[in-house]
Amino acid sequence: MTQAVATHEQYEADFRKLQESRSSDPGWLKDLRNAAFGRFQEIGFPVARKGNELWKYTDVRPLAAETFPQPAGVPASVDAAQVFPFDDGMARVAFVDGRFSQELSTPLPDGLVAMSLAQAYTEHSDDVQRHLSQHAPYADEGFTALNTAFLADGAFVLSEGAVQTPLHIVYVTTGRVVTHPRTLIVGRPTSELSVVESYVSATGGKHFTNSVTEVALEEGAQVTHRRLLIENQEAYHVATTRVHQSRDSVYRSLVYEAGGGLVRNDLTVLLDAEGAEAHLKGLYVTAGKQHVDNNVNIDHAKPHGYSRLYYKGIVDEQSKAVFGGLVLVRPGADKTDAYQEDKNLILSHEAEVDSKPALEIYADDVKAGHGATAGAIADEALFYMQSRGIDPEQAMLFLVRGFVSEILDSVTIEPLREWLVERTTQALPRFREAA
Amino acid sequence: MADLLLEVRDLHVAVGDNEILKGLSLAVNKGEVHAIMGPNGSGKSTLANVVAGKPGYTVTAGDVLYEGESILTKLPDERARAGIFLALQYPVELPGVRNRDFLRAALDALRESRGEDKVGIRDFNKLMQAKAEELGLEPDMMKRNVNEGFSGGEKKRNEILQLVVLDPTLALLDETDSGLDIDALKVVAEGVNRFGGPEKAIVLVTHYQRILDYITPDFVHVLIDGRIVRSGGRELALELEKRGYDWLREEAQAGAAPSA
Ligand SMILES: Nc1ncnc2c1ncn2[C@@H]1O[C@H](COP(=O)(O)OP(=O)(O)OP(=O)(O)O)[C@@H](O)[C@H]1O
Ligand SMILES: [Mg+2]
Repeated sequence: MTQAVATHEQYEADFRKLQESRSSDPGWLKDLRNAAFGRFQEIGFPVARKGNELWKYTDVRPLAAETFPQPAGVPASVDAAQVFPFDDGMARVAFVDGRFSQELSTPLPDGLVAMSLAQAYTEHSDDVQRHLSQHAPYADEGFTALNTAFLADGAFVLSEGAVQTPLHIVYVTTGRVVTHPRTLIVGRPTSELSVVESYVSATGGKHFTNSVTEVALEEGAQVTHRRLLIENQEAYHVATTRVHQSRDSVYRSLVYEAGGGLVRNDLTVLLDAEGAEAHLKGLYVTAGKQHVDNNVNIDHAKPHGYSRLYYKGIVDEQSKAVFGGLVLVRPGADKTDAYQEDKNLILSHEAEVDSKPALEIYADDVKAGHGATAGAIADEALFYMQSRGIDPEQAMLFLVRGFVSEILDSVTIEPLREWLVERTTQALPRFREAA
Repeated sequence: MADLLLEVRDLHVAVGDNEILKGLSLAVNKGEVHAIMGPNGSGKSTLANVVAGKPGYTVTAGDVLYEGESILTKLPDERARAGIFLALQYPVELPGVRNRDFLRAALDALRESRGEDKVGIRDFNKLMQAKAEELGLEPDMMKRNVNEGFSGGEKKRNEILQLVVLDPTLALLDETDSGLDIDALKVVAEGVNRFGGPEKAIVLVTHYQRILDYITPDFVHVLIDGRIVRSGGRELALELEKRGYDWLREEAQAGAAPSA
């Protein structure tokens, strides 16, 4: 308890310092930060307890009780080839310990705006004010309130037309700090954009990433959004993503989680106009004592919406995976077509999965369904492979790669797909030698 | 004796408390083809599975020797690398594992265990394509996931493709003929015959004598209730086709000794 008080005091002191140091920020931004911090002080972090379905299986007390300093001074230099060697052929905007890094960022293709938020407050003031904090409300979300209170730098992305080159937004953490990365992606009408948003650690050891990402798809926009949560095995990461879809827009998402000690992916997609389409895929790979919680919500607010959710997990050693979330078909969202599924492969007797997808339908003529499974590698499959001379370790590796291929085959950026396949097996200690 | 490849000695096998094989003996020499016939549930697959090392069975007595050595403690993959191959009665689907990759990994595992280099991608493709064509398998099937969405007949042909590519010493074929139409049966039988030879042996489990028109057995054994109750030549299969199993069941119950 006393520790929690101490962390709140630390956040308060850091907040005051931030407001002072950024006195030249626009008034609306300073007001927003103030209001958000006020709200954070009222509601704090969510509590895992009965009745709080959203946080039932994930206890954030360990991270709430710990004090992480704000990044100070000049960020350490980062070796891109070492820390995120998977973005060949992509344009990049990079952040080190929450701050934009010119050095690690690359030139951008035509039709794409990608810059530090700090710069966008003035250069794209209209778009920023129209969208920032409009899709990720903080009133009932302690983590979002805290992120918004510390809004300073982050990524601002605006696409116009069809952008061929994928964009990589990377957030690197170099030490024991707390960061509040903020990303705002705006897809202009009928634009096409492919974004990889990744979170990586340059070193081992605990740190806390409290990220918030807002994605706004205007009419007919198509955004493919692949998020890689691949920080070190001790990191805490609470990732909140809020997506707003306008008419006929298409949002494709992959959430890839293979890293972090305590990870929460909180994703809500609002299909707020007719004909919107969302394809959400996810792959989580856990081992050791990792705890990964995916809470994915799809909110069908208007008719003729289409959504597919397919998450898969591999859970090994003493790790724990949680999958929850709600597909909500609101009154009037007639002719919605929605399906969600979560499949888990449990590799160890000590590993645990809680998978509870849910569906609520208040509209007419709706096609909807959901499913969740969790099981071990089939003995039959293992025997079959062995009976052809393949040893059990290699057979397991084959079957695990087979299991993840359904998700990773959707990654059309070939070098990234290959890297993810490799990363997936490397995330499982049992394959580290074999692969 | 010099050519004895597989010897099953007074084998007793149980699943849980349920004894399935109750003292089964069988000797297979190189160059021979043995057919095993018998009613549903008599233990034919159990025999084949235990020889291949499938887990889930308890050997309560007896032994299985391959090339003169007991293999009961060996893992299925070790047995496979020693030259034992089992074509499954119900081939397993491997989601996300491509047929081509699976076959290549299997071939490499065998080659590595013999101290040979891995197969080059070109050589492998050539070999695979030639063999697949011989068996009437569409090239496209090699890109698909193992057995996923294959028809019954395609699954069986795929097993025989593995047999001819991996080229083991002992082939255990568990009802490979079931579910094949006449043309497919011929193609599969031709594949098996091309595989066979003086250095090989085939144990073929079947319900139908029609495959024996194409693959000529040296011996036919009748397995009833966990024991071989009669062994004979090719003509025994024809007799079974006419008379069924009841007469043998009655003889066995009356304590008649099986003929050699
Ligand atoms: N894993 C198992 N658990 C329980 N019983 C089993 C198991 N495997 C086999 N059995 C039983 O052992 C007996 C023999 O089975 P097996 O599959 O060997 O018969 P089979 O001769 O191959 O029959 P079929 O001609 O129908 O293929 C059957 O009664 C079967 O139910
Ligand atoms: Mg059988």
